[in-house]
Amino acid sequence: MTHVLTHVTRRSFLTGAGLVLGLLVAPRMRAFAAVDGAVAGGGSNLAQLNAFVKIAPDDTVTILSKHIEFGQGPFTGLATIVAEELDADWAQMRAVHSPADDKIYANLQFGIQGTGSSSSIANSYLQFRTAGATARAMLVSAAASAWGVPTDEVFVEKGRILHMGSGREAGFGQFAAMAALITPPADVKLKDPEKFVLIGQQLPKLDTVSKTDGTAIFTIDVIPDDLLVALVARPSHFGAKIKRFDDTEARKIEGVVDVKAVPQGVAVYASNTFAALKGRNAVDVEWDLSEAEIRSSDEIAAYYRTIVTQPGLQAAESGDLQRNKSGDDLLKLERELLFPFLAHAPMEPLDAVFVPSSDGILDIYTGAQFPDMDRKTAAKVIGIDPERVRLNTQIAGGSFGRKAQFGSPYMQEAAAVFAATDRTRPVKHMWTREDDIRGGWYRPLYLHRVSGSISKAGRIIDWNHSIVGQSVMGKAGLDETSVEGAAELPYEIPNLKVTAHNTKLAVPPLWWRSVGHSHTGFTVETFVDELLEMVGADPVQGRLALLKEDQRYAAVLARAAEIASWGKPPAAGRERGVALVKSFGTYVAQIAEVSRGPSGGPVVHKVWCAVDCGVAINPNVITAQMEGGIGYGLGAILFNAVTLGEGGAVVQSNFNDYRSLRINEMPDIEVAIIKSAAPPKGVGEPSVPPIGPAVANAWRRLTGARVTNLPINGLVTS
Amino acid sequence: MVKFMLNREPKNFDGDGETPLLWVIRDFEKLTGTKFGCGIAQCGACTVHLDGVPIRSCVTPIGALEGASVTTIEGVSGEEATAVKAAWVAIDVPQCGYCQSGQIMSAIALLQSTRTPDDKDIDAAMSGNICRCATYHRIRQAIHNAATSMEG
Repeated sequence: MTHVLTHVTRRSFLTGAGLVLGLLVAPRMRAFAAVDGAVAGGGSNLAQLNAFVKIAPDDTVTILSKHIEFGQGPFTGLATIVAEELDADWAQMRAVHSPADDKIYANLQFGIQGTGSSSSIANSYLQFRTAGATARAMLVSAAASAWGVPTDEVFVEKGRILHMGSGREAGFGQFAAMAALITPPADVKLKDPEKFVLIGQQLPKLDTVSKTDGTAIFTIDVIPDDLLVALVARPSHFGAKIKRFDDTEARKIEGVVDVKAVPQGVAVYASNTFAALKGRNAVDVEWDLSEAEIRSSDEIAAYYRTIVTQPGLQAAESGDLQRNKSGDDLLKLERELLFPFLAHAPMEPLDAVFVPSSDGILDIYTGAQFPDMDRKTAAKVIGIDPERVRLNTQIAGGSFGRKAQFGSPYMQEAAAVFAATDRTRPVKHMWTREDDIRGGWYRPLYLHRVSGSISKAGRIIDWNHSIVGQSVMGKAGLDETSVEGAAELPYEIPNLKVTAHNTKLAVPPLWWRSVGHSHTGFTVETFVDELLEMVGADPVQGRLALLKEDQRYAAVLARAAEIASWGKPPAAGRERGVALVKSFGTYVAQIAEVSRGPSGGPVVHKVWCAVDCGVAINPNVITAQMEGGIGYGLGAILFNAVTLGEGGAVVQSNFNDYRSLRINEMPDIEVAIIKSAAPPKGVGEPSVPPIGPAVANAWRRLTGARVTNLPINGLVTS
Repeated sequence: MVKFMLNREPKNFDGDGETPLLWVIRDFEKLTGTKFGCGIAQCGACTVHLDGVPIRSCVTPIGALEGASVTTIEGVSGEEATAVKAAWVAIDVPQCGYCQSGQIMSAIALLQSTRTPDDKDIDAAMSGNICRCATYHRIRQAIHNAATSMEG
């Protein structure tokens, strides 16, 4: 065996890990790989000071990110946090994915390793500060000992270790190996945030250069020698099973090596991707639809309408909705809203590469959002000891929630495809865009009904909101993710009732960027806006008057209004809409300016966005996430629906009919970040929920047309 | 047998002539900067230059490329390429990064044909390139910055 897998134990985190000198990954005894994936944990020849910090002889500091980097910036954010407490220079910082380990690399909010809920920075903030401060103390200790001076005379500044009295100076690399042997101090003092020099700066991102010159390696780019590429012919309907298949024609195609049935469909193995694509097209499969979903989206919505007024699971109740509220003073409103299934459609379709080696270790390369769950799942499906599976998380071409699945159903498919081979050759399993759009794990279809009343003075008196749809968490009882953003409102409403109804479909559900807020934010913010309009209240002033105690809501709304010069009328033919949503602990207010475009639908010209995410680790990343989330959310509410047609098959198939926002449809965006000392929260999702209602509210004020059936440009129907 | 130039080097391909250029570049030449996103010329992740013109390599059969010259992100060079890549890095355009090779190849071709593009030129040249992270705001800015940098 030529390599040593060094798992740092939980006990050793920040205490005994100094005994481990590097995570040794010696060259593998296997065929030359044409394009290698990144091995989890980073390279050899690095001194490991704790579970999260490695230092090389050339002074570079590599942080081990327990969170996957698929665009939201954890490599940069987590490296910034470590660098701050380590007193490193930004130029020496690097980041890699950590090994898969549910204990050492757990998301402290989840209890297992995982990326999601915009929690990467929030859960890691103290942990990574501590990791940086501990590593710093170990370097100081090592230098002091070598120099024969007291530790309190040794300082660290911009990546240099200094002794004031003697003028001696060294880089981190010189003492890294020595520092790694020191028992880490049990308690280190963290910096006073007032003295931060890196946190809060517009630091350049660590992954930009390799993503600009084409050298960044994603899972799809891992091309070992002797690779088999496998595609699976998948069913036309959710819940369908193989009845029979004929692979005669597929096997005739040059490059096709084998065809095998797996639980998820029929796998075609080929020596190159195009042969696998042709081979898959040539497989003739007959599907058994006896347990399949054969209802259309329209039929599912009609079924939901029969449930929405029934008693359901109570998500919130206060005051008394039944009390007779009389008087001319009250204006009433009732609305029904329908939200379609949505695919995440990350740019890189799902993929995984399995590389067996003669030493009995199976390397898996994949963009894992729950890496250790994927590792254990793969081992189980393949029937080998999980300790012999090394999962190497790769940077991924987006996810938006798609790769975070309990029980790792994607990995179950990929591992089954590998397991069905003789397990001697590397196998790449990949989905095509059609597999992605038609493959399920959608943001569920939801039906909302909401009724309420407002006084002429602009006080909302009652609010009754009912939500019907699948539980993403698969719960029998209340699923908080179905009602988040609806059950706890920013507005003071004395009589409130929020109800949820869980439904069961064969269409697999999943969280989609901003989860429940992707639909609750739309309903709440369009309904509030319409109530305010009924009594002639200003959308900003009316909301400010309704807000509860929490001043952070008011601050982001006021800031968005300020940068938008709210109160100054927009250009002729344009209107502005407002929305305010807190999600994942982060407060976002947006104002969208909209006109009617040549095709009759809305054109969004500009969005002003104010965000309070607590301590702003890297304003550059925060701004980028606000911009990107606005574009992602805008594309969905303007264009996107996955529709089950008559008979239950998915209508859409690719980017031609599941439209993505394009550059000519992207608004100008201005972002303001509220200065805050509150603990940092996430930014990957919170800019998604407000954009839909902000645009819909502007559209209603412009045209009088209410948006209650999404997408707004509902051009694609069953 | 198809003979063509890839990043200024002569290449032969003697496999299935229907094979899209994308898979020749990736599977056979092991140049992985050019990406697969849709396979139907809808997303632009596979954009390369064919005799200097941006094309979607996922729908371009290799059999049609006898004598052609293909340039990928790995081989693209010149004033416009240098300016575009520098502009991309300067304002941190990429998020997930998967579409960016295609975006950059389209942007370079735009600047090669239109030295100082306005917003409408950018819309026309770049609307075939999807970015699901919606980095469009910075793509537009980076193209303007690249054009400005070439003036000096």
